[in-house]
Amino acid sequence: MTGEVLTRVMNLPFFAGLTAEHLRQLCEEGRAATYRPGERIFAEDGAADRFWLIDTGSVALDLRVPGRGDQIIETLVARSVLGWSWLHPPYRWQFGAVARERLDAIAFDAAAVRNRCDADPAFGYAMLRLFTPVITERLHATRLRLLDLYATSAQVGRP
Amino acid sequence: MSTSTAPAVAGAALPHPYLVVSRRVDTDDTVTLELTNDVEPLPAFAPGQFAMLTAFGVGEVPISLSGLPSPADGPARRLTHTLRAVGAVTRALYAAAPGAAIGVRGPFGTSWDVGSAAGHDVVIVAGGIGLAPVRPVLQAVLAERSRYGDVVLLVGARTPADLLYTDELLRWGAADVQVGVTVDRPSDDWTGHVGVVPALIPNARFDPARSVAFVCGPEVMMRFTARALLDRGLPASRLRVSLERNMRCGVGWCGHCQLGPLLLCRDGPVIDYARAAPLMELREL
Repeated sequence: MTGEVLTRVMNLPFFAGLTAEHLRQLCEEGRAATYRPGERIFAEDGAADRFWLIDTGSVALDLRVPGRGDQIIETLVARSVLGWSWLHPPYRWQFGAVARERLDAIAFDAAAVRNRCDADPAFGYAMLRLFTPVITERLHATRLRLLDLYATSAQVGRP
Repeated sequence: MSTSTAPAVAGAALPHPYLVVSRRVDTDDTVTLELTNDVEPLPAFAPGQFAMLTAFGVGEVPISLSGLPSPADGPARRLTHTLRAVGAVTRALYAAAPGAAIGVRGPFGTSWDVGSAAGHDVVIVAGGIGLAPVRPVLQAVLAERSRYGDVVLLVGARTPADLLYTDELLRWGAADVQVGVTVDRPSDDWTGHVGVVPALIPNARFDPARSVAFVCGPEVMMRFTARALLDRGLPASRLRVSLERNMRCGVGWCGHCQLGPLLLCRDGPVIDYARAAPLMELREL
């Protein structure tokens, strides 16, 4: 399985910063995963026990809002990383995720990756460098949306 | 890069009377008007150029061309403008019914110079009402489709209800154009992408080494879009943006639209990103 995962991810730009050895170690914790359209991948407040690299398809991140149901807050597309709540305690999902269409991904065992990070600080630092840009990119996108750039003066402050 | 075909200076200050021949409601606050003057039409507008539209008795506003004239129009050269009702003048223009008279001055400013993208992939990125000024770019490309490589249109809007030209988005998607649409705030029935428009760029299929990009929208959106395009490897010299300031005279007389060394009514609105970037990042000028 490691070889298959390695083959699928080795040419992706996302992993370009990893050494071959770190990539091999990471791939040892990866498994192919497929989801049907509409299938929930994880729910808000569930255990953040995995993260995914989306191969094909897309994912809607959602948040349950009382009286309004599950509100989609962002869409993630192919070659995106899904999930980083596994990085920090309490290791619970802050949002939910649903496959918008058939989804092919690599699912990584979060606890096993964390164990490797604890055992090997160089591997841990490499993981941090890998995921920090994901976090900052999402933060930047969220800040942009907070600006409500397309709103007219009459729309500002309205949903 | 882009070109200017400003009208003769002497006539530039006088609005020509045009009649509204059609009015299409695009969203709650946005309409597309087709205007004609069969007697004394203005010179032809190029994609990217703008007109000063007068609501008689109310005032005048700059509005970009939002559609190519049809060859069937002959010398009358119908003008197509999409405008959003945000102030007194645009509200009056929004309400203009077929048969109403509107004053038009122009054409003003630089164009997108669509023809210079021949032989390249074309990437069009629009945010909000910014889709209107780039619509004629796409129409021009589709009119001579074989001259261009891959064509990508990425559109961002505040909500699904704010999306412009929804019928055309579907048609363009079926006409060999990669269309990506995203909204900031989805409705309950929205099944499309949610997020900012630069997020669509990494997965768009185009070759950055042989692409020309046309970007129009709020300046912050254009800056982040430009970064994403540059990250893909597109040279800044092949990235064009449309900048907007307080256009008044249209011919560089009054200085209201000054941005650093540029008078945007004359030197813009379309300029290369290599030239625009330092001006867009300054706090004050």
